[in-house]
Amino acid sequence: MKFRHLLLATLAVAVGVTGVFAAKVAAAAEQFIPMLVYRTGPYAPSGIPVANGFRDYYTLVNKRDGGINGVKVTFEECETKYNTKLGVECYEKLKNKGSTGASLVNPFSTGITYQLIPKAPVDKIPILSMGYGRTAAADGRVFKWIFNFPTTYWSQASAFIKYVSRKEGGWDKLEGVKIAHVYHNSAYGKEANPTLKVLAKKYGFKLTLLAVDHPGQEQKATWLQIRRLKPKWIFMSGWGVMNSVAIKEAAAINYPMDHFVGNWWSGTDADVIPAGDGAIGYTSTAFHDAGIGFKVHDDIIKYIYGGDLAKAKENNIGEVLYNRTLVNAMFGIEAIRTAMGKFGNKPMTGEQVRWGLENLDITEARLKELGMEGFTKPIKVSCADHETMGPLRIQQWDGKKWSFISDWIKPMREVVRPMIEKAAAAYAKEQNITPRAC
Amino acid sequence: MDLVNVLFIAPFLDMADAPVFLAEVVISGVLTGVMYSLVALGFVLIFKASGVFNFAQGAMVLFAALTLVGLMERGVPVWLALIGTAAVMVALAFVIERVMLRPLINQEGIILFMATIGLDFLLQGVGQIAWGSNVKVLNIGIPNKSFEVGGILLNEFDLFAALIAAVLVGVLAVFFQKTAIGRALRAVADDHQAALAVGIPLKTIWVIVWSVAGIVALVAGIMWGAKSGVQFSLSLIALKSLPVLILGGFTSIPGAIIGGLIIGVGEKIAEIYWGPAFGGAIEGWFAYMLALVFLLFRPQGLFGERIIERV
Repeated sequence: MKFRHLLLATLAVAVGVTGVFAAKVAAAAEQFIPMLVYRTGPYAPSGIPVANGFRDYYTLVNKRDGGINGVKVTFEECETKYNTKLGVECYEKLKNKGSTGASLVNPFSTGITYQLIPKAPVDKIPILSMGYGRTAAADGRVFKWIFNFPTTYWSQASAFIKYVSRKEGGWDKLEGVKIAHVYHNSAYGKEANPTLKVLAKKYGFKLTLLAVDHPGQEQKATWLQIRRLKPKWIFMSGWGVMNSVAIKEAAAINYPMDHFVGNWWSGTDADVIPAGDGAIGYTSTAFHDAGIGFKVHDDIIKYIYGGDLAKAKENNIGEVLYNRTLVNAMFGIEAIRTAMGKFGNKPMTGEQVRWGLENLDITEARLKELGMEGFTKPIKVSCADHETMGPLRIQQWDGKKWSFISDWIKPMREVVRPMIEKAAAAYAKEQNITPRAC
Repeated sequence: MDLVNVLFIAPFLDMADAPVFLAEVVISGVLTGVMYSLVALGFVLIFKASGVFNFAQGAMVLFAALTLVGLMERGVPVWLALIGTAAVMVALAFVIERVMLRPLINQEGIILFMATIGLDFLLQGVGQIAWGSNVKVLNIGIPNKSFEVGGILLNEFDLFAALIAAVLVGVLAVFFQKTAIGRALRAVADDHQAALAVGIPLKTIWVIVWSVAGIVALVAGIMWGAKSGVQFSLSLIALKSLPVLILGGFTSIPGAIIGGLIIGVGEKIAEIYWGPAFGGAIEGWFAYMLALVFLLFRPQGLFGERIIERV
């Protein structure tokens, strides 16, 4: 009897020890990425495709490629409800997970990004705020740990004005044209205002700024002002329910929808579908394609959903925000891969991933290998330029799907970059940061 | 001097300069106010009959709309889905009475209020677990075309909502004033123990009033859901009805309507004529500011029962 007990105890210890050892070995070969998601709350319709996109891409990398150069990707979701305070709590909860801590963080909220910016150099965890967050962070000399490629709100605003000038028949035709910016009354919504003001002064168009309070369920006053003002073009920086209500209100006052251009957070399926037929003709900016016609989608359907397209669609495949997250997740994974090219095929620390982000060079050929040829544009990040000022296109909703109606439009670097450098210098002065020499 | 002009001269000159536009602003405010009143009515019904400020009214609006659209998405015809959702709201009233209210009879109002905060979280969670958090399109065939009358743009949907609200208020007013159940409801609101002493079945009354509030929440959910899609933010509409209640009075059905109209018109005029002076987006806080001013001078609201405390 005693011998039996001794044998069982020995076995238990052996299982425990080998289990711990195996877990450590597994952890040692894993790259942890925290996922700050919002599957509940007022912004859940936007948050769900984002969360599913990240989850599916990381899972695809593991199932299709066996991880990044053999290192498995692990991730954990934390619910933020798009609430800045909860977002910071999630970051604190997840930042030390995994064998090397968090590789990088994708806050997916401008508010959370602003709160994490001072933490990044302290925790040595880079932030990838892809196409959102603090625009001035594009200046890598000041914001060493923050990356906001492929483009920013300021670049986007300049590309929108360039699009309008083309439609109007030239820069000289902008003089006196009325343009309204309908924006979410938050740090995010206000981001485009400085650029639009500078461009209004430069080209003589008449700019009106109209703020809409959170959450934007009631906007009659805004659209009465639009009706009186009769702007020829409307640019919208909205989010969540604000977008669909705005589109519906625009349709109700018979505003020409092809002159109503949302920014890339105001051009998603969740924005147009609730507005029904009224949304037909509505346009928005985008830096990637919509729909499921790419190899990366085929791979996701094959490796994750076992060929079940209906199941994949239930999980938002092909929706604008899902596709955007595929691009976002791909940038993160490729940055880790770039870092491994220098530091070896093992789990990377945040500091090493930061190097990978700064040296990221995704060519057309690489996009093709990743199944994303033509899905988005190549990018090359540098020490000084964390944005790359990538081009964007205008997409239009036809009642069933989004289609591009413009070529790629390059932002106005000569206008935006000096503004970014000025804002970054002001931040550096305020925070007592000595800019790096790049 | 510039401030005086921006606040006290320019807005009035602007109004005088474009009277047709002013009329459109007022009408638009009236129609928006009606939509706020639809939500406020649910609060009033429960407060009037049980003295409970139901913090979960917004969540009830969301829950009702989610249930309706969830049934419709599963192929249930609109009329059957409406009946089914109404039945769910009545069942919910039974559960609330049995599980939440009955154990709290004769407790302080603040205790009941706290219980409704819990109910708010519960309904939001259950609704999203059962029907999902994705935005859902609600189309039950309400017309939505716009047309001009004398230069004023009107929308069929807004007019339809106003009509629905008017009918609802008429029915509820008759119910409360002219029926025995209505009188019993008012008695319960005044004093639980006294109502019980004269033989009013408190439990039944509570089930009835929570059921009616649930059906009012369904109507509000349909109107707001058809406007913006059915999604979580519907529950936040309740925040818009708080100033309406403060203005109209927590115990008055006509007060909820008049309060809604004042808030609706007030916030639109404030936003359009005074908004630019404050950088815009003032309609959200303007409604609360107006309510605060009312609280200072008439805490019971325009039509609320005068608060008399024996000392």
